[in-house]
Parts: sequence; C-alpha cells; structure tokens
Amino acid sequence: MKKLLILGAGTAGTIMANKLSQQLNLNEWHITIVDKDETHYYQPGFLFIPFQIYSRNDVIKPSRDYLPPSVEVIVSGIDIIEADKNRVKLTNNKVLTYDYLIIATGSQINPEETEGLKNGNWYKNIFEFYTLEGACHLQKFLKHWTGGKLVMNIVEMPIKCPVAPLEFLFLADWWFTEKGIRDKVDLTFVTPLPGAFTKPKASKILNSFLDKKNINLVSEFNTGSVDGENNKIISFDGKEIEYDLLVTVPTNMGDPVIERSGLGDELNFVPTNKNTLQSKQHENIFVIGDATDLPSSKAGSVAHFQADVLTENFMRHIEGLPMLEEFDGHANCFIESGFGKGLLIDFNYDVEPLPGKFPLPGIGPFSLLQETKMNHWGKMMFRWVYWNLLLKGSELPIEAQMTMAGKRL
Amino acid sequence: MATKEIAGVQVELDDEGFMTNPEQWNEDIARALAAEEGITELTDKHWEIINFVRKDAKEKGQVPTIRRMNKAGGIATKDLYELFPNGPAKKAAKISGYPKPQGCV
Repeated sequence: MKKLLILGAGTAGTIMANKLSQQLNLNEWHITIVDKDETHYYQPGFLFIPFQIYSRNDVIKPSRDYLPPSVEVIVSGIDIIEADKNRVKLTNNKVLTYDYLIIATGSQINPEETEGLKNGNWYKNIFEFYTLEGACHLQKFLKHWTGGKLVMNIVEMPIKCPVAPLEFLFLADWWFTEKGIRDKVDLTFVTPLPGAFTKPKASKILNSFLDKKNINLVSEFNTGSVDGENNKIISFDGKEIEYDLLVTVPTNMGDPVIERSGLGDELNFVPTNKNTLQSKQHENIFVIGDATDLPSSKAGSVAHFQADVLTENFMRHIEGLPMLEEFDGHANCFIESGFGKGLLIDFNYDVEPLPGKFPLPGIGPFSLLQETKMNHWGKMMFRWVYWNLLLKGSELPIEAQMTMAGKRL
Repeated sequence: MATKEIAGVQVELDDEGFMTNPEQWNEDIARALAAEEGITELTDKHWEIINFVRKDAKEKGQVPTIRRMNKAGGIATKDLYELFPNGPAKKAAKISGYPKPQGCV
C-alpha cells in the first residue's frame, strides 16, 4: 500500500481528502488526514458573529461528517515533519510514514508578534474576529457598546481574507445605523496598504465606498506597538491613533510546526511552486491553501481552485507524467457591504478585479465590483454551498482558472 | 521601460524609477538614487542594510520584506523606518538597485 498523508483538515485538506479518495485506487492507496481539532469551522461565518447574524452553532460541524469513510482520521497535534525521512511525528507520540505528503496546515493570527497588543485589555476593548472565540467575545461587547472611536487595524500583510476588515466596517456601519447610534460611532480603517485594497481598480471603488459610508481611511500605517493603557496604536515611524474599541487583524503566520520542521519562510509559510503547488524543497510534498507562500489571496475560494489543480497534478505526478495543470492565482470573493447588499470580485495573479457579470458573461446573476442585493444573497447561500458541495469536492460551475469572459477592461 | 543616466551609467528603469537590472548597480548609483529619495548621506547603517538586501535578493530571487530583514538580517524594524522613512522596504529595494517588492493580496 502506498501512503498519502494530509496534514490539516480545514477547507483545503478536507477538499483534497474528498477529491483524492474519489480519484485514487483505494486498493493501492491508504489516505490519512491529521488535525488537532475534531471540529470543522466555517471561517467565512466568523465575520457575521459580532453582529449577531450568525451564532457559534452556525459555523461549526464535526469534521468527520465531511471526510470520506475510506480516509483514516487522526485527531492529534503535529509535533514535527521530518521531510528527509518521509515521516511525521504527532503530539500523541505516534509516528506516521508517507510516500506523499500534502501540507494544508493553514495560517493563524499571532497577536504576540506586536509589542503591547496582547495586553490587559485583550478581549476587553481590543478584539479580533479571526477565531471563533474572538468573534464571540466581540459579539458580547458590541451588544452593550454605546459608541466611541472604533479602529479597524490590519497589523501587517499578508492576511487571510484581505477583504474581511472592509466587510467588518461595512457591516459595522449598517449595525450601528440599525441600533440608532451611528452618529455616536467614529469608524476608522487603519491599513499598511496604500488604499482599501492592493489592486488599483478595486481599491479605487472600495475607497469610494468607505467615503460614501463615512468611514475614515488611514493608509500606509505600519503598526509597531499598542499602548493599551492610553488606548493608542503607534506606527514604526511614530504616528499615533487613538481608539476606544480596537478591532485588530494581528500578524498572520503559518502553523508553528512548519517552523519547527524547518520548512517555512519568516512567516512560517511553505515555499511552494506557484503554478504546480509542489513544495520547492521536496519532490513528494505538495502544499495547498493558506499554508503556501504564494502571492495569491489566502481564502477558501483560492483553496478550492487550487484543489482542482492539485488533484490533476497529483494524479499525473504519481503516474510519472509531467504536471500540466497550472494554478493562476484565481480568487473569487463576495464582499458584504451592509444593508443587505454585497459586491463580488474575481481575479488572479495577473488580472486585477474588473467590473462585469459573473459567472455567465452578460447575464450574471452576480455583478462584479458592483453593489447588488443578489451578491449579498450569493454570500449568504455560500454557507450551504460550502458544507454541501465545496468541502465534498463536488463540481461547481466555476472553472479553476480565471476567465476574462464577462469582464470589462 | 526607460533608460536614464545615473552617476554616469545608462541604467534601465521601470515606470516608478526602480532599476530592472541589478547588475548595472554600483555604489555611486546607490548614492544618486538615495538623494532622489531625500536621503542625503548613506551612513554605515544604511550600507549594512543595502548590502543585506543585495545579498539576500541575489540568493533568494526576491527582495526581502521588512520581516525578513529583521529575522534573517538582524536589522531592527525601527531602524529601518528611521533610515529609510516612508516605506523602508520599497526605498531600500530601490536604492539597492532591485525592482519594487511584490505586494501581497
């Protein structure tokens, strides 16, 4: 029996387990997946928790229900990957050997990386919504908040779901309006980027949304430290911004096991071929999702498109054939904009988000870079798609590679 | 792409004035590029960073990020902002004769 080991049962790992268990001959292959958690989190849902749109139970399911019966599931932490010996030591002392390894260990927030961020006011007037715990704490806080200066801060790039901070602000604008206290809340977006987004066309449009919604933008602010006593964030070059409520996206890094195993860069992301998804260091290791160092967005849609490419390439590679499929950096993100509306962006390594219709050129039903009710419903329906189609590796009516059809230059 | 004479050498530049061929770089060009960025004197500390950027970019095939300069080069982030104000990663890359660092999405 040949052994395929998948590390991480998040979005990317779960899709790969499902796809490859359908493709590989299971008389010849044994597939094992390892994760420290028995729970699968619907991470795009965390954003909605602070505003009471979703609750805890809307975003969690048992991981096992989404993995095929033929796959061996081990619930354990991972101690170290010994790539030169083709084996992985788990924290439960088990040692697993493999012929092929797929690393899907994701990325996580590291507030400790910023001086003073995790101070005595952590989860008191400083919150994050990138963990379920953080999102739930923020929900409790917002319920009784009477207003003040809310600062949404991205500490450094890259981050998982780069549009989430914008969505948070758009939803906050809606939520405080509904509560009748919008005039008592000052909303400010503080980002290291030159504008609301990295790509110029989308950035321009999103900047105008911030304007329209009366949200202040402070760009090119590189957060160096947080002064929790005086409620200030301070940039490396000495600029200061005061807050009453700080919502932070702390430094995102790959799993510490990547660092322990000597497989990562400074942020513990694994150097990966940006087209084939093969590890740059080891021929029998592939990397997918947020764990890679690719210059694409860290997002579930990206993991999904990568999974199509990686499945093809993996099947070819084990047959000794060249890996022909190429990942193009394709990402597709709904951007919730508040008041029951949303935007949609579709882009890749080379083509920035453009206006148009999606997925059917000229028809839609979704509109690119435009605020519509339909886009909002797309986002809300996506939770069903995620649990019932996406995780299971089912075909979706969207190609892995981005298409220019329906886009306007 | 355009070429421009800097410190007596014809160098290739992109639209934003970043050198596209690091082989054309020399220390006089660095001084001239620094002056364009408002850095009138390159001190030993500046050179330490420029040398690290050039060595690392050559080895890794990409310009180091601030975090990498800190972790692999032992350069304090605060120093970087003092020595190359307003966007140290970009400025250090420019003065070191390398293209603009790739932003992440």
